Amino acid sequence: MSDVYTSYLPANAPEVNIETQPFWDATAQGRIDLAVCDDCGFIPWYPRLVCPDCHSTDMTWTTMSGHGTVYSYSVTRAGVGRAWKEHLPFVVAYVQLDEGPIMMTNVVGCDPETVEIGMAVTAVFDDTGEGTSIVRFTPAP
Amino acid sequence: MAHIAGVFEHPLREIPDKTVPQIHAEVARGALTDAGLTMADVDAYYSAGDAPGFGALSMADYLGLDCHHLDDTETGGSSYLLHVQHAAEAIAAGHIDVALITLAGKPRTGGAGPGGSARFSSAPEAGFENQFGLGVISGYAMAASRHMHEFGTTSAQLAEIKVAASTHAQHNPDAFLQDVVTVEQVLDSRMISDPLHLLDACVVTDGGGALVVVSDAVAKTLDRHTIPVLGTGFGFKGTNSGRIDLTYTGARVSGPAAFEEAGVTHGDIDYASIYDSFTITVLVTLEDLGFCERGKGGEFVLDGALQAPHGRLPFNTDGGGLCNNHPANRGGMTKVIEAVRQLRGEAHAAVQVPDCQLALAHGTGGSMATRMGSATLILGRD
Repeated sequence: MSDVYTSYLPANAPEVNIETQPFWDATAQGRIDLAVCDDCGFIPWYPRLVCPDCHSTDMTWTTMSGHGTVYSYSVTRAGVGRAWKEHLPFVVAYVQLDEGPIMMTNVVGCDPETVEIGMAVTAVFDDTGEGTSIVRFTPAP
Repeated sequence: MAHIAGVFEHPLREIPDKTVPQIHAEVARGALTDAGLTMADVDAYYSAGDAPGFGALSMADYLGLDCHHLDDTETGGSSYLLHVQHAAEAIAAGHIDVALITLAGKPRTGGAGPGGSARFSSAPEAGFENQFGLGVISGYAMAASRHMHEFGTTSAQLAEIKVAASTHAQHNPDAFLQDVVTVEQVLDSRMISDPLHLLDACVVTDGGGALVVVSDAVAKTLDRHTIPVLGTGFGFKGTNSGRIDLTYTGARVSGPAAFEEAGVTHGDIDYASIYDSFTITVLVTLEDLGFCERGKGGEFVLDGALQAPHGRLPFNTDGGGLCNNHPANRGGMTKVIEAVRQLRGEAHAAVQVPDCQLALAHGTGGSMATRMGSATLILGRD
């Protein structure tokens, strides 16, 4: 997995709760850990401890590869709040992990104009400075 | 059978000198007056996330209502169409006779509406979606990008939707934007979030609207031309737990349900109010409602198809959210109001569909990029 990364985008500390603590703890160590259903094998995004497919409560935190592809994206050029304004243009995206889940994220570390649907990307972990990281993606090497 | 007996759209688009509750009261009185009823006749009240404080409880108290039925169902911009469905159900059950539904807000001069920031910060998805600078438009832009990728939809096709809305808005003296625009002007307008331009987006306006829905017994006593609610449908669509598909909406569920209940087909629809937060919202909704095949929305909107009075499917003859009004950032209310105007023959003469017998109104709430509620009504004439 990647080392801790610093993108040019805001990395605000998320609100962590007892259900999602393991996910956020893993991000601080450069991993995407998701809760996988012991009964049906489904991996829900966003992570939760009740399987939304079979409603089992037996879920096991499991480390993902960190590799995926861009499902969709938009180069945002205006229409955002003050904290993001100075970072325009930036890329909001949905990335599908190789393991299946499609997650909302940013694509960073490249010219926004070069991002495409289907592009291979790799997770990076943007340190919030408070024991968590925001999961973003860069073009796969 | 439930009937829409009164409608009212606030005529202003900037209301700096009134509170949100005041605007709720003004539109409530407007719709009741239109129906020939008063506040004393109301036995059921409906509000959504735009209602301040405790929602329906706060507003029923402010309005001085004496009602025995309250509903504060919140599905964003589609709420008010879902409220019509709920009112129709309560009328069918014999629980109520006169339902009042109100919407008001001041996003233009008063900042963001009261609609639940505290609620959103405690949402289970909050930490996983609010870290990325996602705006309302960039979410819909991702939906548009994916639709273009899968089906070859173009920006020029999306622009046709704005062109049709602007062609209608020129006849509405209350419309926020009254200038007719061309496809080229849409494409040349500032890119906000690829592939959506400034002119692909709806207006931000203060304002509000209200509906009065009544039972058969009350409808018979009114002088007003009441509009029967023939069919209703609602569809929820979420992120599917990480299997999101951005190329369709909940209209896939709400549309067929409304058509089935009404017992009519697409060819029977004379006029359609289609939720138009963005041009892409209209294009995908037309597909999901079944007016064209999936992926063919871009072709469907060409050749003035949406332009009144003679297009294949005249839509949003008030100018819609794209040009006329999107009060409180919620466009569902005005969708119902313009459909009622068309069925009463009270749309502007230049855009009135001749002999309009059957209309569809559709609302979308939440976001196409994440989770949404879609509501469809099919309305007729007595």
